[in-house]
Amino acid sequence: MELLVASAIGVLTAGGIYLTLRLRTFPVILGVSLLTYAVNVFLFTSGRLTVGAPPILQDGVDVYADPLPQALVLTAIVISFGMTAVVVMIGLGAFLGSDDDHVDDLPGEQSQTNESASESTS
Amino acid sequence: MSLFFIVALPFFGALLPGLMNSAGRAATAGVTFTVTLAAFVGLLTNLPSVVAGEVVMARVDWMPLLGLNFTLMLDALGFFFALLILGIGLLIIAYARHYLSRDDNMGQFFTYLLLFQGAMVGIVLSDNILLLLIFWELTSLSSFLLIGYWKHLPEGRQGARMALTVTGMGGLAMIGGMLILGQIAGSYDLSVILQNRELIQADPLYVPALILILLGCFTKSAQFPFHFWLPHAMAAPTPVSAYLHSATMVKAGIFLMARMWPVLSGTPEWFMIVTTAGLVTMVLGAVIALFKHDLKALLAFSTVSHLGLITMLLGTGTAFGAMAAMFHILNHATFKAALFMSAGIIDHEAHTRDIRLLGGLSKLMPVTFVVAALAALSMAGIPLLNGFLSKEMMLEEANHTVLFDTPWLVPVLATIGSLFSAAYCFRLIGHVFLGPVRDDYPAKPHDPNAGLWLPPAILVVLVVVIGIAPFLAEPFVKMVTASVLGDTASVPKAHFKIWHGLVPALFMSIAAVVGGLLMLSIFKPALRLWNATPRPEAKPIFEATVERAASLARAVILPLHNGAFSRYAAIGSITIVAAGYHAWSTGTISAPTYKMQPAGIIPFAGWLMLVAATFGMVMMHRNRLLSLILIGIVGLTVSIGFVYFSAPDLAMTQFTVEVVTIILLLLALNFLPNKTPTESSVLRRVRDTGVAIIGGIATFGLSYHYMLRDAVGVPISEFHVANSYKGGGGTNVVNVILVDFRGFDTYGEIIVLGIAALLIFALTETLLGGPVRARLVNRKPDQLRAGNTHPMMMVVLTRGMMPVVLMVGFYIFLRGHNEPGGGFIAGLIVSIAVVMQYMASGFGWASARLRYPYHGVIGAGVLIAGLTGIGSWFVGKPFLTSDFTYVRIPPFEKFELATAALFDLGVFLAVVGAVMLSLESFSRIARQAGPDDSEHAMDIDPSRDDPARALDASAKEAV
Repeated sequence: MELLVASAIGVLTAGGIYLTLRLRTFPVILGVSLLTYAVNVFLFTSGRLTVGAPPILQDGVDVYADPLPQALVLTAIVISFGMTAVVVMIGLGAFLGSDDDHVDDLPGEQSQTNESASESTS
Repeated sequence: MSLFFIVALPFFGALLPGLMNSAGRAATAGVTFTVTLAAFVGLLTNLPSVVAGEVVMARVDWMPLLGLNFTLMLDALGFFFALLILGIGLLIIAYARHYLSRDDNMGQFFTYLLLFQGAMVGIVLSDNILLLLIFWELTSLSSFLLIGYWKHLPEGRQGARMALTVTGMGGLAMIGGMLILGQIAGSYDLSVILQNRELIQADPLYVPALILILLGCFTKSAQFPFHFWLPHAMAAPTPVSAYLHSATMVKAGIFLMARMWPVLSGTPEWFMIVTTAGLVTMVLGAVIALFKHDLKALLAFSTVSHLGLITMLLGTGTAFGAMAAMFHILNHATFKAALFMSAGIIDHEAHTRDIRLLGGLSKLMPVTFVVAALAALSMAGIPLLNGFLSKEMMLEEANHTVLFDTPWLVPVLATIGSLFSAAYCFRLIGHVFLGPVRDDYPAKPHDPNAGLWLPPAILVVLVVVIGIAPFLAEPFVKMVTASVLGDTASVPKAHFKIWHGLVPALFMSIAAVVGGLLMLSIFKPALRLWNATPRPEAKPIFEATVERAASLARAVILPLHNGAFSRYAAIGSITIVAAGYHAWSTGTISAPTYKMQPAGIIPFAGWLMLVAATFGMVMMHRNRLLSLILIGIVGLTVSIGFVYFSAPDLAMTQFTVEVVTIILLLLALNFLPNKTPTESSVLRRVRDTGVAIIGGIATFGLSYHYMLRDAVGVPISEFHVANSYKGGGGTNVVNVILVDFRGFDTYGEIIVLGIAALLIFALTETLLGGPVRARLVNRKPDQLRAGNTHPMMMVVLTRGMMPVVLMVGFYIFLRGHNEPGGGFIAGLIVSIAVVMQYMASGFGWASARLRYPYHGVIGAGVLIAGLTGIGSWFVGKPFLTSDFTYVRIPPFEKFELATAALFDLGVFLAVVGAVMLSLESFSRIARQAGPDDSEHAMDIDPSRDDPARALDASAKEAV
């Protein structure tokens, strides 16, 4: 079981990293989402894997899954929604403003425009 | 008055001029004057204790672990400087009120001035050297604002930048020096450091510390070779120049040298560095000043020269030298401030400061002439004026100072410096005021109103009084000297007298004055010689140096930081893995403490689904819609995994978040291209695959090892399980942790969520307010729109579902404390119910029925949660302490009432507001671009199409 979960985390991370390294905003956002899953599951597993023992107190039951990582991951899931929304908004705004959804400034282009701008002002 | 108030008054008072700006110029200046006067009077209330030899202290621990405490100290030295800063400050404020024109923003000016004043007072009253450094940097920043006050003048901006660069660099060096000093002494409190002279001077790090601190002092006090910024700072309005360069800013370096005198002085290193720098500065400044045609430039270089004089006196390391330095600080502040203000008057009335265009002003501006002439004669060192007294003392001290084993060097250079000093003073009087009246002044000069000449006149009265009756100043100066010297030496017995007999200093003085007169008589040929001599110009050298540093920085940074996000991400991933690998290979790995649990076919099927979906996403990410579906599958599998591994709350949260995230991404995809073009080369894709695989293997290894071993520390989870019911009154431990044990955390998180939503809203507003709006309106959709955007079936169905979903949400919310559920999940469920209405019936229809704006909902949520937390204060408990009780209202069963439920309500509202505000913002962009959004819920509505009913409806409307 642990092997399955750990390898799932690994696969999610690898997929997330690959998509994060793409050149357009949308795949990068998806990649970050995959990484979010990986991180959340990883944090969750820090409470170790427990099957069939949710942390709802009941009389006569002594074994419960670790509730603390669950509480932390719960807020992390909600917050990551907020952050995804902000990043999507930024990406969308950039695309609408410039008709370009590349995440990279093409090397050299930036410095050239800077120099020409400073030349024109001086 | 407490020292805290004296320091805080200017800072808090700085808020007032800006507020008073609309009340008129007199009110603005008045309030500034009042604030300064209050601080001044507050300072004077401490005079009796200072005279009694006490050191007034005020202390608040700020960051005691760092040794940084808000400790203030007032001894005679601090009192002296604070008196100068606040006293001359009062005169400057009165003067500036009349000097600034109607075009100048007076509120801004006085705000900057008060900030600067506060920072200066802070420096001279600090007992903690770290605190002193903070105020030191504040003076650099606020003086930048003051020097660059006339933003429209390029000289002003350049001068301000140069001043900030030079003094800022010095400040940086000084931070290093002060930290070393604090390390040596074992304390950052001045009162401790000043007791440790032997310890500090014996330390091998004494010389580095000394050099670094002196760098700070020399840059601030414009000592050679850092003197060049001061003349360029003259682009500031004259009140600023008068304030900064007579009594305050440039004296800060001098103050610090005096403050540190007991521990730093007296060594050969101190003597060599400080005396040499002072001597060179004094002579160089005086020579350059003589040949300057701009009145303020002349005064600027004379300031440089006099600062050199004071520095040299401090450098000698003798008690007499320190006393002369203190006396000259007082005298220089009085005559130089008066001279700067006189120069301002001339500029104000004659509209020029060029000495070549002036002359004969004594007949046109008699009052100004008297004021300026007395101050200038004092600066020249003419008897019966205060400048003479301290200059005599300086020459006396120079006579006893032997530098580089050459006894004649210092006396001769000091005399030459005094000679040129006298010469430029005579030139100032002769070429500006004397001579024939001209008829080509840019404006007809005449004496200004009293508001302008009274402040310098008050100072000149002091100049004359001290000059005639030096014994009046003597006790005060000696008191200050005593506090400079500390325990290292006793105050010299010598009395302040005009006539000391036929001592060498007198002959040197006579030589200087006579030489000065001679120099002026041969001024024209001397000027020709001066103009013919090649000299290095400071400004181009400075600018070239800055440009070289900038291009060096560019050369280093640009190749590394080229704006390619994917490059940073790749480098980041590899670095993290490498760091992890290092820890892995050097650390010890314990044996597994858990056995691997067997996995059945169902977990394996789930695993297969997740892996397949992830692979599919990576392979097919160019088709964006498809990849959205695939990421939905990933999310669902993760939720199911949470259910399987005993985390029902997580599963519900993940599931609902998944729904809103997909809606959000769909809304965004409406505008983004649907396909990602193939751009990266094969090589690049191979590289990225490599990075991804390395990262994946690393996280796999980490989590696999982690899951099979015990944590290094003892987990605190047991506590939560044990106390959830007893202390928190709930059986759902996860929810109790969220709303109770870690309620403060949750409170912060809903605030972050709210801020994120507001950020999205703000970005949308900006986008729709800018050029993007026109682009959106003219945008042609890249795909066919649906013919029936709001199908009847969907509208009817979602409306029927709405109350059901709301009830489910309510139920989930209520049971949250004891069963899986709670505010977060309920909030997401309710959001989905509302989003369904938007999707089915359209934005126009739904938002017309919106009663509360979502911002308000977020705010209400945060407020309710916060007030619930504050409520516990009223029963004397810390923030967010929860309480609960069980009540029974027949015929219902016994149920629980907990304050945590109220907190959870806040969470619920904040989540609903934040999710809806984000989604609504995206929809608003879509609405700009889309066809006119009807306010009708359904595109085809039988009730609208039925003519009888339509008639009925219109009849109703008519009524």
